[in-house]
Amino acid sequence: MLGYYLDLALRSLKRSPGLTALMILIVGFGVAASMTSYSVFRAVSGDPIPWKSSRLFVPQIDIWGPKGRSDASNNNEPPDAMDYTDAIAMMREHRGKYQSAMYRVSPSIVPPDASKHPINVGGHAVYSEFFPMLDVPFKFGNAWGADADAQRAAVVVISDKLNQKLFGGANSVGKTMNIDGKDYRVAGVLDNWNPKPMFYDVVNTGGFTTGQEDVFLPFSRAIDVGMPNDGNTNCSEIPKGSGFVGLQQSSCVWISYMVELDGKAAASAYKDYLDGYFRDQKAAGRFSWPLNNRLRDLPAWLDSEHVVPSDTKISLMVALGLLLACLVNTAGLLLAKFLRRSSEIGVRRALGAPRMAIYMQFLIEAGMVGLTGGVLGLMLTWVGVRCVSWVLPKEIASLAHVDLVLLALTLAVAVLASMLAGLYPTFRASRVQPALQLKTN
Amino acid sequence: MNLHPMIAALRKHKAGVVLIALQIAVTLAIVCNAIFIIYARIENVRRPTGLDENNVFLVTQQWVGAPSGDDPAGVQKLDSMLREDLNALRALPDVQSVSPTNSVPLLQSSWNGSAALKPGTDLRSGNARTTYYFGDEQWLKTLGLHLVAGRDFTAADVINMDFRSNTQPSIVIVTKALADKLFPEGNAVGKVMYLNGDTKPTTIIGEVERLQVPSVSSWASAFVWNSTIAPIRLNGNFSRYVVRAKPGRLEAAMRAVPSALYAVNPMRVLDDDSVKSFKDIRAEAYRADIGMAALMGAVCLILLAVTAAGIVGLTSFWVGQRHRQIGVRRALGARKIDILHYFQLENLMIAGIGAVVGVALAVGLNRVLMSKFEMQSMPVHYVLIGLAVVVALGQVAVFVPARRASNVPPVVATRSV
Repeated sequence: MLGYYLDLALRSLKRSPGLTALMILIVGFGVAASMTSYSVFRAVSGDPIPWKSSRLFVPQIDIWGPKGRSDASNNNEPPDAMDYTDAIAMMREHRGKYQSAMYRVSPSIVPPDASKHPINVGGHAVYSEFFPMLDVPFKFGNAWGADADAQRAAVVVISDKLNQKLFGGANSVGKTMNIDGKDYRVAGVLDNWNPKPMFYDVVNTGGFTTGQEDVFLPFSRAIDVGMPNDGNTNCSEIPKGSGFVGLQQSSCVWISYMVELDGKAAASAYKDYLDGYFRDQKAAGRFSWPLNNRLRDLPAWLDSEHVVPSDTKISLMVALGLLLACLVNTAGLLLAKFLRRSSEIGVRRALGAPRMAIYMQFLIEAGMVGLTGGVLGLMLTWVGVRCVSWVLPKEIASLAHVDLVLLALTLAVAVLASMLAGLYPTFRASRVQPALQLKTN
Repeated sequence: MNLHPMIAALRKHKAGVVLIALQIAVTLAIVCNAIFIIYARIENVRRPTGLDENNVFLVTQQWVGAPSGDDPAGVQKLDSMLREDLNALRALPDVQSVSPTNSVPLLQSSWNGSAALKPGTDLRSGNARTTYYFGDEQWLKTLGLHLVAGRDFTAADVINMDFRSNTQPSIVIVTKALADKLFPEGNAVGKVMYLNGDTKPTTIIGEVERLQVPSVSSWASAFVWNSTIAPIRLNGNFSRYVVRAKPGRLEAAMRAVPSALYAVNPMRVLDDDSVKSFKDIRAEAYRADIGMAALMGAVCLILLAVTAAGIVGLTSFWVGQRHRQIGVRRALGARKIDILHYFQLENLMIAGIGAVVGVALAVGLNRVLMSKFEMQSMPVHYVLIGLAVVVALGQVAVFVPARRASNVPPVVATRSV
């Protein structure tokens, strides 16, 4: 029976090629526009570490109180980064399974080959637990140990790309490299790790950057050699002291902090600890305002930091509106097409075809339009994804890509959408009174 | 023309009418919001920075193994390195003027604080937010700013300090926007203000007409013209130089920079992005805005085309369906123009219904965008423009099938079915 309906659908579509082509075009464009926007949205809103994101938390302590918020529109949010004093205290007290304070650095590297000019790299000063906490993959060697943190050791973990540039891709563990004029021993080489968004430090990177993370070195070491922070520094008052040391003594926030807590109990225990920390400091006279801490897991944190650009969300909304308009349009055209065949339906019904059969016949026809429109949509989506990379900011454009999931989704959306559009016209077609049609003609 | 038969006819095609009206409503809602977004972005991009942007470029570099700025000796060493660079750049044949700087408009990297009329207020309160630029006596000239009151910096005004220093400048030049905000009665030159909640006064010695802040993000939109320029060379392990090339010599000047700086001191980082023309800085800053405008424009075009095609398709079907009735009307004396008008008027009615719903949808969509994405309230004329566009579109789209209908010969009426 299915074969027969397919044949009928094909014949009917062939009978009015103009209308058929129009419907296919409309479905194709509607689906392509929405899938193109979706591909961008998917790229920026994805969970960068899905197997672990619910166990990673970002603590926020309200060290500024109300005076730090006079210009902010975000209600009663505490600062979204940490000052040096509190970050160090929390690292020392070590209440999570893994935790790391971190700040963004941008040191220079002098290549071993003296004929080459120095280069500038991006990276982070982190604690040793950063690597196991974020399941960072290593190609050679591994992370430095907790002892290196304590000893402020001159060790470094570098990216695969930097390893390629400096050491030709060979195993460089144990070799020495020059960072900001000082020698560091390579402890490990990462295996192609470049999560988007850069979830461990959205405060200083905004989540999406064109930059690459090339070096990770011990936090304590970076502080020791006075490697300045490269990123945001926010202050509620001017630091008393001068220089990078003055920044460390100030209440300015510039350090990101992440902690891994396994399970609800651990999370609530940590929140209690955080609140207790605030109360102790308040009792010591540091704060005069009520408790206002946050402990968000990674998805909630990314959401509160507005990592997904609002332009992307607006585009997706508008594109879905376009798809809706295309659906309504297709429904209108299908209605016209189906009702024009009232006499044919009348004959089929009079010859004994049940309503169900009429339903099947016309839904299959709608589905065929959808499938063809979907194939067109596939090609247009591919073109669309190419085109958005010209118009979007570079750091986002490079993330949008076409893959099998997107292709399958495009087809599925096209078929489903056109069948949905075909529902009402089909219903109307199945209601055709056979007697009336036979009589008038 | 009597509308009664038309309404009676439409009643017979309820579903089709509803679908076309709905289509027009959705189109109207999206199109006027999209046009509003496009307009807002273009306005954003077109606003002048206050600079004479031609022939200006920016150099960003970092020294390797430079002394830290934590002790006075280190700061002085950094300053002498900076001045060596300045001398080398000023000696280039294609360069007109050079100044050290911390940032330029549209660069996104910014340094912000507050200005107050009273000493010792909180950093985050104050009377106005402002961005800070730091440069020497050539800064205004290099960027091509217009001084409207007071005087420019002289070489004697310029001091140097560590870029993390907490001292506030003693004299500054501010933008007219900031001066008017602080001193609405005018004549800000010579008056004092207190920067970043400090107790030490800062005297305004001049006013520039216009100077945009470095950030184009929405958080900076509240103080986009509030800039303060301090006569200070900032010393750190990196430096920026803003350079004005001689007219027409921009590219030559930019090409000459890396080798000139390496010749002064090879232990520094200069990469592909280090020497950037202001044109590129502008393009990068507004890439997202222009991209969004283009995207919205594309969506509008597709949507309008789809809607027009839908109207053509459905009206054609109706014309085919009413072939005989049209013949009868023609036989009874209706002229071609009457038939044409009939379909045009019919479309106008449907579009009218759709437009009424669409206006409500458009305002609703705008409200949603406002509440979720910090969008502005859409002025009413956008809705009117959208209305005119969809109604006109409907009329254009209906013309082809309506003309075909008007060409139906009266003889059709006499033919048996």
